[in-house]
Amino acid sequence: MGIMDPAKAAPIPPGADQDAILRAVGDEITNRGFVIAKADKLFNWARSGSLWPMTFGLACCAVEMMHSAASRYDMDRYGMLFRPSPRQSDVMIVAGTLTNKMAPALRRVYDQMPEPRWVLSMGSCANGGGYYHYSYAVVRGCDRIVPVDVYVPGCPPTAEALIYGLLQLQKKIRRTATIARS
Amino acid sequence: MTENHSSDLPLGGETETALMAMADHIAEVVDGMAVSCAVIRGEIELRVNPADIPQVLTLLRGDRQAAFNQLIDLTAVDYPERESRFDVVYMLLSMDNNMRMRLVAAVAAGQAVPTVTHLYMAANWAEREVWDMFGIFFAGHPDLRRLLTDYGFEGHPLRKDFPLTGHVEVRYDDNQRRVVNEPVHLVQEFRDFDFLSPWEGMQTQIANTPARDDAEQKG
Repeated sequence: MGIMDPAKAAPIPPGADQDAILRAVGDEITNRGFVIAKADKLFNWARSGSLWPMTFGLACCAVEMMHSAASRYDMDRYGMLFRPSPRQSDVMIVAGTLTNKMAPALRRVYDQMPEPRWVLSMGSCANGGGYYHYSYAVVRGCDRIVPVDVYVPGCPPTAEALIYGLLQLQKKIRRTATIARS
Repeated sequence: MTENHSSDLPLGGETETALMAMADHIAEVVDGMAVSCAVIRGEIELRVNPADIPQVLTLLRGDRQAAFNQLIDLTAVDYPERESRFDVVYMLLSMDNNMRMRLVAAVAAGQAVPTVTHLYMAANWAEREVWDMFGIFFAGHPDLRRLLTDYGFEGHPLRKDFPLTGHVEVRYDDNQRRVVNEPVHLVQEFRDFDFLSPWEGMQTQIANTPARDDAEQKG
């Protein structure tokens, strides 16, 4: 995330300006023992900084998903750790062709995820059926089954594309009002 | 390698002769049950009546010389214009002879084929798949359920008269809180991909290329 300039909404590069801000925050902690931040910003920071994806590889896209988690691109850098259980995950990456037979299982896994939760649709098949759009056995887009936050195009998308999609999701989380008002 | 593999490559006259000899032998072994037995494009094809399949497979497996004792695959083909519209095909391998053969039986729609699960365990799921995809019934199968398609699926997708997009599609219904089946409604117009494939479109070029010399191939 880096240190953002609230006025310009742009990151402040390392240098004298950044040092000044860091020193000011440090001084505040030393003098008063606490800092003041907006609660929703804090929540968003925590949520976007520890997106735990549900492992839901359905087809060849899953291989690219593995690449994005492996050492070269290393999703751990962003605090993204694959979880084998829906009850421990925040985001579901639908990676691959969703068939009619798999659709109820996908929905069940989604239902088991705790709120707040997000869905990332990865690849042509998950986005809209893709190559199998006219097939008798394939769901024409996983958004028919679960609400989707981010669509990553490609067949399959590269590991970079998936990382980019996840960073877009982080951005989306950061700009949503976290505390729901009824 | 100096070692001579006489049965290595199925090319040229020598192997052809061996295949012909095997075809003749098979016709002898199955003893009158063969509708036809021939070498077609370098592969042995034995056609029988569906009722004879288990006995023919037993004979082919048991015969010391033929020894077709591995069932590689079991599938079917649909020819809607024929009276007996399906061909059930059994792919067999003889490791002893390094030879493959095809056992074919023509089956009419609704006609049952005796199961071969008691002869080959591998036939179990293969027969389930053929049942699922073509609707060919295998009499005596221990557990003839659908294998691949959705639970409650109707129709047999690999039949030529089955529409590509099927009859139902799924959607999550917020009110019922479950995934529901609905009649197919395509939002995007159906696209016919009936253009010439690079292989089919190359027929003239293929015809114009000089014929391959078998002797040259071997040398």
